[in-house]
Amino acid sequence: MSANVVIVGGGHAAGQAVASLRQGGFDGGITLVTAEQSLPYQRPPLSKAYLAGELPRERLLMRPPAFYEGAGVDARLGVEATGLDAGRRSLTLSDGGQLAYHHLILATGGRPRPLPCPGADHPAVHYLRTIADVDAMRPRFVQGARIVIVGAGYIGLEVAAVAIKHGLQPVVLEMAPMVLARVASPEVAGFFERVHRGAGVDLRTGVAVSAIEDRDGKAVVVSTAGDRIEADLVVAGVGLLPNVELAQAAGIDCDNGIVVDAFCRTSAPGVYAVGDCSNHPSHLYGRRLRLESVHNALEQAKTAAADICGKPQAYDQVPWFWSDQYELKLQTAGLSQGYDQVVIRGDMATRSFAAFYLKDGRLLAVDAVNRPIEFTLAKRWIKDGKAPSAQQLGDDSIEAKALAA
Amino acid sequence: MTKITFVEYNGTERSIDAENGQSLMQTAVDNLVPGIDGDCGGSCACATCHCYIEGPLAAKLPELGDTERSMLEMAEGVTAASRLACQITVSGDLDGLVVRTPEGQH
Repeated sequence: MSANVVIVGGGHAAGQAVASLRQGGFDGGITLVTAEQSLPYQRPPLSKAYLAGELPRERLLMRPPAFYEGAGVDARLGVEATGLDAGRRSLTLSDGGQLAYHHLILATGGRPRPLPCPGADHPAVHYLRTIADVDAMRPRFVQGARIVIVGAGYIGLEVAAVAIKHGLQPVVLEMAPMVLARVASPEVAGFFERVHRGAGVDLRTGVAVSAIEDRDGKAVVVSTAGDRIEADLVVAGVGLLPNVELAQAAGIDCDNGIVVDAFCRTSAPGVYAVGDCSNHPSHLYGRRLRLESVHNALEQAKTAAADICGKPQAYDQVPWFWSDQYELKLQTAGLSQGYDQVVIRGDMATRSFAAFYLKDGRLLAVDAVNRPIEFTLAKRWIKDGKAPSAQQLGDDSIEAKALAA
Repeated sequence: MTKITFVEYNGTERSIDAENGQSLMQTAVDNLVPGIDGDCGGSCACATCHCYIEGPLAAKLPELGDTERSMLEMAEGVTAASRLACQITVSGDLDGLVVRTPEGQH
């Protein structure tokens, strides 16, 4: 019997794993198990073009159904993996079936962190992670509606931008004193706060939700500031919980995600974990990371597939992220945590600038707003461990290209 | 359907009947063409669909957009023939187009 691979998940990591296995010459059986009713699809447009109704569902698919047929993939949609026996190398499925595997790729992703307050089960409260989530909120996402967005991370701010564009009245509540608190500096956060307020978003920072009550079918969001905000729709974007339960119950090491090595191998033989659910060692940053990003999902899937194909290559990438809000393209390379200096290149008022983050003079990260050249360069500088001086970075009169030399 | 030929860095050629209206990036990804990644799904954020297009049909392509130009500016191995495949839509005008792909996208 030839080796087979079972992939659990339906996002970027799962889809890329299929493609990379076949591209890498793997000719054994591939079974894809996903709890969702869709072949692997792209999640980033969910809070952007798909929510806006500008992108049909079939365009979300990473690859068309014919690709999976051609690749001989046994796709089990709407089926959950409910049990894992890592010793016997066998998976139990929600439809009662069992699947034996030689290699298992866990691309289980995560689920939205639920709002912890009383009344969070109100029918107007929605989360945004899947196609089904967006479809479910769509009847309430209509012109003139009052929408309360809880959490001013990427998802919350992207939803606010789409809401403005569609004539909704968004209120954004953020517990932290600033938006994008987990990822950006006060300087960049302040810029996005001005942009959103200027566009008409009622943005309130330092405010959490203490309860959600009902008034004739509408939600009343009670804030810690004492406000009571009536809402047709509440969208909570307050973080992601990695889906580790399947691995954990099987005795696989988990610690803020499923613990993997540089080849995405877990503590169980033949079992890999990739994407949002995995926690990997970063050589670049000298610590373990659990990243929630498309790039990480794709590259880890390639890493696991390469190992299965007998061509192991350690994962060592500069993380990067992007977000589209209004006409702004935010591109982030690297991780800024622990920075001791921020250098702004360009004038924020022109909506085109880059914020470089350094520690002891070493470049850690960049937030680039409508500055693709700086983004591209910084990604390379971070990877190579050498960058221009803080003074050069901050001097916008030197062409970015000249800094590359 | 429009015939597009992808030529890998090592000379391997494959011709694809591409669907009109789809991006050149998606066409490559759907058909497992090596060397085209398309990480960001076509929002011109990543430059991982860098390719080279030459010959008479290149003149039929839309002009470089601002973001595309900037993303390419610092891409590795950029030449006058460089394009981002996500910014090109397949149409009958492009029948016979030859697209060269790089060894990798990093």
